[in-house]
This record gives sequence, C-alpha cells and structure tokens, in this order.
Amino acid sequence: MAEYLIRNGFVYDPVLGIDGDKKDIAVKDGKIVETTALSKPTEINAAGMTVMAAGVDVHAHVAGPKVCVGRNFRPEDKLFNSTPQAGIKRMEGGFSVPTTLRTGYNYARMGYGFVMEAAMPPLFARHVHEEIRDTPIIDEAALPVFGNNWFVLEYLKNKEIENTAAYIAWLLRVTKGFGIKNVNPGGTEAWGWGMNCETVNDVVPYFEITPAEIIRGLIEANEYLGLPHCMHVHGNSLGEPGNYTVTLDTLKQAEGYTAKNDFGRDTVLHHTHLQFHSYGGTSYSSKGFESKSKEVMDYVNKQDNITFDLGVVTLDETTTMTADGPFEHHLSHMNHLKWANVDVELETAAGVVPFIYNPKSYIAGAQWAVGIELGLYAKDMMKTYITTDHPNAGPFTRYPRVIKWLMSRAAREHMLEKELKYGDSIRNTCYIGEIDRELTLFEIAQMTRAGPAKVLGLSHMFGSLRPGCEGDVAIYPYNPEAIDPSRDPELIERAFSTAQYLIKGGEMVVKEGDIVSNGSKRTFWVDCTTSENPQVQRDISEKFKRYYSVTEANYEVSGHHYVPNPYVIEVDASQ
Amino acid sequence: MATVTLTPKKVPSLRLEADNITPDVFAGKSAAEIAGLHVFTGNTQELLGDYFTVAGSAGATAAETSIVIDGDASRVKYIGMKMSAGDILVKGNADMYVGAWMLGGKITVKGSIDAFAGTGMTGGEIIVDGDAGNYLGAAYRGDWRGMQGGLIRVGGNAGSDIGTFMRGGEIIIGGNTDVHVGTHQEGGRIVVKGDCKSKVGGQMVEGEIIVFGDIEVMMPGFQYRNDVDLEVDGSEATFALYEGDVGERHPKRKGDVVFGKLYLKY
Ligand SMILES: [Zn+2]
Repeated sequence: MAEYLIRNGFVYDPVLGIDGDKKDIAVKDGKIVETTALSKPTEINAAGMTVMAAGVDVHAHVAGPKVCVGRNFRPEDKLFNSTPQAGIKRMEGGFSVPTTLRTGYNYARMGYGFVMEAAMPPLFARHVHEEIRDTPIIDEAALPVFGNNWFVLEYLKNKEIENTAAYIAWLLRVTKGFGIKNVNPGGTEAWGWGMNCETVNDVVPYFEITPAEIIRGLIEANEYLGLPHCMHVHGNSLGEPGNYTVTLDTLKQAEGYTAKNDFGRDTVLHHTHLQFHSYGGTSYSSKGFESKSKEVMDYVNKQDNITFDLGVVTLDETTTMTADGPFEHHLSHMNHLKWANVDVELETAAGVVPFIYNPKSYIAGAQWAVGIELGLYAKDMMKTYITTDHPNAGPFTRYPRVIKWLMSRAAREHMLEKELKYGDSIRNTCYIGEIDRELTLFEIAQMTRAGPAKVLGLSHMFGSLRPGCEGDVAIYPYNPEAIDPSRDPELIERAFSTAQYLIKGGEMVVKEGDIVSNGSKRTFWVDCTTSENPQVQRDISEKFKRYYSVTEANYEVSGHHYVPNPYVIEVDASQ
Repeated sequence: MATVTLTPKKVPSLRLEADNITPDVFAGKSAAEIAGLHVFTGNTQELLGDYFTVAGSAGATAAETSIVIDGDASRVKYIGMKMSAGDILVKGNADMYVGAWMLGGKITVKGSIDAFAGTGMTGGEIIVDGDAGNYLGAAYRGDWRGMQGGLIRVGGNAGSDIGTFMRGGEIIIGGNTDVHVGTHQEGGRIVVKGDCKSKVGGQMVEGEIIVFGDIEVMMPGFQYRNDVDLEVDGSEATFALYEGDVGERHPKRKGDVVFGKLYLKY
C-alpha cells in the first residue's frame, strides 16, 4: 500500500496535545506511523495548511427508509443541482437529502472519514445497510432505535436489565447495529394511542413505564454490556418552547452512573441535537420565546458523564426526518407542507416534512442562536460535538459554516446585523449577542474528531494522528498564521468545505480538492456476546410468531450482500 | 432591440433540451457564439447550431434581446427557461417547459405548447395562440411553489392540472380545460372562458378560479355563497360565488376565514 509523508502542515491533534505545531505526519499500510517507518513515501507539501485527523460525525441521518422517503417525496431537492458522472466520480444529486453517492463525496470533501447513521429502524436494517454500502469512501455505522421498542418497554417495566441487555445484544447482532439510540423515549409508542410523552414522568399507555425509567434502563443495559458508545438519547418534547426543563430532567437521569467499557469511553449519556431541547418561553414568537442554552449548559458543564451534540439550525430549506413520528406530524400542521410517516411495527415510527428555516422569521434566527450558544457556553469541548442533526436543522454540508460561526464573533455579528431580519429581538431573547468567545482550531478539532471518536468508543482508530490510528488525515487550505477569523470568517468556511487532501484508510481519496477514489468504505458493527438467555430467545420467537409481519429468519441482516466490508467490534458481556 | 433568428434545419431524433434559448444566455453574443451553445438530446451534448441556422445578433442585455424561432419547435424543450427579460417569438409549436421558472420578459407562441409551461414562474408573460398541455403554471414535481406571478394567456384549450399549487399571477384560458384546475391553489387567478371537466379547486386554500362555461362535476368541498357581478378580462357578467375547499385548512385574516373563491357564470 502507498506511503504518504505529509510535510510541514500546522497540525492540530487534541489527543496528542498538538496545537498548530508544524509537524510531519506519516501514513503507511493504512495506518498512521512514525515518520521513521517510511521507506519511499509520496510527499504531500502541507506548508501553510491545517492538518487534522479525518472528521468523525456522531449523529446524522444519511441512510435508510426515512432518508429514502425524503429523497422520494422531494424530487425538488434535486432540481438544478445534479451533476453527471465524471472520471471516477459517479452521478450526484440532492441538497438536503443527497443521494448516497453525493453523501459520501461531500463528507470526503469536508475531510470526514466516519459517520454514524443516528436512527436505524431494526425491521428496516437491511435497507439502512444497503444505503450505507452504496455510500462511498466514509466508514459508517448505525444506531438501532430502542426507546419505543415493545421488548425493551416490557423488560424495563419489570426492571429486567439483564433481559433488556440480552435483547439489545441480539438485536445489534441481527441488525448489524452499533449502539443504543433512544428517540422520544416512550413518546412514539404513546402516539400509537393518540398521546405523547411530554415530560420524563408521563406514563406510556399499556406499558405503564415512564421516559425516565426507559432512559435509566437503557443506560444500565448499555453499561451492563459495556458497549463502545453510550446510550444516545433524543429527549422528549423536542422543539417545544419551554422544553429545557424536560431536557434537564432527561440529563439528570445519568446522575450516579459511571461508564464501564474497554473502549476508553467515560460518559454514559449522549444527548443529541441539544439545540432543539434548550428552549424557554411559551410560544415561537419574539414575545413568547427565549433561549435557555445557558441554563442547560450550566448543568451540563458540571457533569462529567454527559456528552452532547449541537444540532445547529443553518437557515436553509431542508428536510426534517426523525423517529419522533408525533413531532413530524405536529410540524406538518405548523408549516402546511407535505408530510410522510413510516410506521415500523413493534419498533418505531418516523416522520418526514420539508422545512424552511427562514432568516426573515424570528424563530429560525432564535433557533440558530441557541445552537451556537450551546457550543460557546460549553467548557469541555471533548464532550461537545458539531452537528446539524442532518438534515433536520440543516444539511451536514454546512458544518464549515457552523465552524465559522463558532470561530468568529464577527461572523455572528454579521448574521445579527445583516442576515437575520429580527437580529435585535434575537439579541433580547437569546444570549448570542453577549458572548465574546471565539473557538480555536484546537477546540474545533476536539468537537469534530477527537471528541466524537472518544464517545463512540473508537478513539483507538479515529480522531487522532497518533501512530497506530487509522490512516485518516484531512488537510485544509487554512493557514492559521495568515487568516484572522475576526477579519476573514469566509475563509474558514471555504477551507473546511474543501479539504485539499483526504487520506482515508491510507488511501488518497481527495487530491487537490478533487475526489480521485471511491475508497474502501467499511460498515462498523458491534458483536456482543452474552450468556445464554432462554427467556429472551423464547420472547423473540413468540413475538415474531404473534406480531411481526416477517419471520425471525427473514429479519436478520446477513451475508455479504448487505455488509460486504464489515469491521466487527467484539464485546464480551458473558461474564 | 436586437433580434436573433433561429431557423430550424433538422428535426431532432430525440427531444431537444434547449434551456440555452433565452435572452439572458444570448445577450452579448454573436450568431456564431450562439450557434456554439450546447443542447442535449438524451445524454448526448450537441450544439444549437446543429439544429438551427442562427442569424442576427443579440443585444447587450437580455432586455435588449429578441429571439425569433422561425418555424416549428414542437420537439424543442425549455424555451425561455429562467428568462428575466427580453422576448421570444415561436412561429410554430413548442415542446414542454416553455418559460419554466421565468422571471420576466415575454414569450409568444403562434402554435401550441406541450406540458409544464410556466412551471414555478414568478413574472413575465407567456402568450399562446393555440392550445396548452397539462400542468400549465403548476409546480415542479414535489414542489409546493407553482406559478407565483406574471401572466399566461392561452387562446385555445388547456390540458389537465393547470395551476397546481399556484400562488400568484394569472392564467387565462380561451377555451376548455381538462380535469384538475387550481389543485392546492394558494393565490392568483385562473380564468377559463370555456368549460371545465371536474375536480376544479380541489384542496384549494386561497385565490380565485373564474369559469365562464360549465363545470361538468363540481367538487363537494365548495359551498354557494351569493351572486356577484364581475368584470373579467374585458367582459362583464353575473357569477355564482362558491367558496372552498372546505375540507382544507384556511388562514384567517382580520378575524375572517379566507377561502378559495370559485366564480361560475350564469
Ligand atoms: Zn437525529
């Protein structure tokens, strides 16, 4: 395999504590190595450029049935933006719900190497894996959703953590899943009864269990198994004014738990797209809404076992999609655009609605402010990750823009003064105007690679340029000695949008800004061994016979067709 | 005003996709440069000059440029797409997407046009002496932003699904229409001088539909309110006013619920 020597770049590696020093980075046989290990390397002159480990995305919706529904019911998302096949690059299309090919290419263009698909309906795991397979370059994994699953609800109602864990281990194996996603705990199931769970103490009908019990039960099961990632929650009452108290109650469920795993992860709860969960007030108007980012971060900053991602609203026309079916239904009644729902028997229900975050509306600007504030109030950037909950708050291709807003107060002031119609009301009802902080490249590297790799239990492979890590290196045309974020914020966005080089798994994928290879993408999944559990086996057979519309034998994601290039992480929970 | 004349010299084997035929693209170009613009037949890229003899030259800007297609363009799509100013005269027929996403200027077609003319247009005029196909002034597939401004006037008949998701502007049909008129309409005005078949104003939220002839089958979601005298496109008459679609959501303005208005001439 090729050898690369990346010379003289400004290197940022939070794991190694390298903060912009000029260093050479060596890649050989797919891994980072000491420069002395190279014999005849291809040299890449990175002088005047920024070098980081490839990006790691902790949460995006990029593959599976709801993404596909988004693509199918939004042909207008591809209007005037498709590009034909060219060289090794295949045809691309779509903006907020891009094709699988464009998804892989655009992540590579931004210098990303690993992406977590954040919500896999187990019954449709085959579909998720087929799309992951068809997404070039980037390594991916998927989190099956458990928070409204009948098995989980029944076991947790009876406080059977061991059975919950055995079921989770079985489900991860048959769906080739990576960890535990928990969307609107109990609420989506309650919606099947015409209700929802608006606080952590609302009882799910029939199952008589609360979201708080589901969250704690899944944390316990996660740590019982010792999975690489922690329990990954999208709390109740997403998007509702005043929901920050629900969010604090959600986060408090992690109190008293410590991480138990062999993967270097030290947190037990990841709260996703915290922006959508940090609202005060009673309505979406400038008179009724307020940001509660500070109040939420005051709590988060005191905890050492919680991580979160931002979910920044990017002020685009996008497509919202979540396994929070009731929320999407509610949203379609607010914006009167088309709505689709994908109910998944026994397991979950996703909704899809197009959405325009209009910079001329107060609320879209306030939502933008809340997301950025969370990043600026955060104390531990290893526990704070950049996302847009792609495509819910905006497309992942806006990460460079989010980086710009976080790094440059001038860029934020420009938004408040020029781009947003209600900048003054946003200053009055949100905190953004009073925050001076400008994040550094070191902090951005924590938020976009080192931190997410750690919480996913993948810090032995990703997020750092330490010898032994995967040969995943991004080189950005950003000269930290020449660029002043307060004067040239646009250069930040441009640089992080167009990596000059991406080496992925030791292979050159982006060269001088062009995609030159379709890479060798892998699908990561977790194979967790537990001791024999006849009861859970019996329950599974029984549910398949009684309720599922498919047989147990037709449920499993098996064989090379769905996961042709697997990377299996073994976990032994049999003791 | 400078005029560019395109004279058809070859019938395309497949439909020609010629979104470069606009005053905006032609502006500032010589006949030779215009002949060198690309067109697509299927996945093959060819030149405008392969299909048309180009004479004259364009003005400095779109507004100073006239285009004449001196013959039949019934296999040429996207004429005047996204044009912002200037004018186009087609002496024969034209294919689909005439004036789609048009912003301004004027397109005149002496013959008939196929489907999707004026898709998502926001301004300008499309004047057709013959007939129009389906989805006139409608939204692109999946989109909720149909015609938003400007004028479409058709001398003959129109096909089905005209004004779907229309939000503004005016469509005037001299003859009859097929089914589905103003489906999901949220503004603007559709005038039909002849008859409509059925499903007129289905899921209509706002806007106006005025029918001089008959509607074969009325939608059940429209309720008779009162009679009104109106002057429409130069002729005065008495109309029965129906409001609907009552099965659809409707906004409130100054305390009153706003409905779609369907006027049917006595
Ligand atoms: Zn999400």
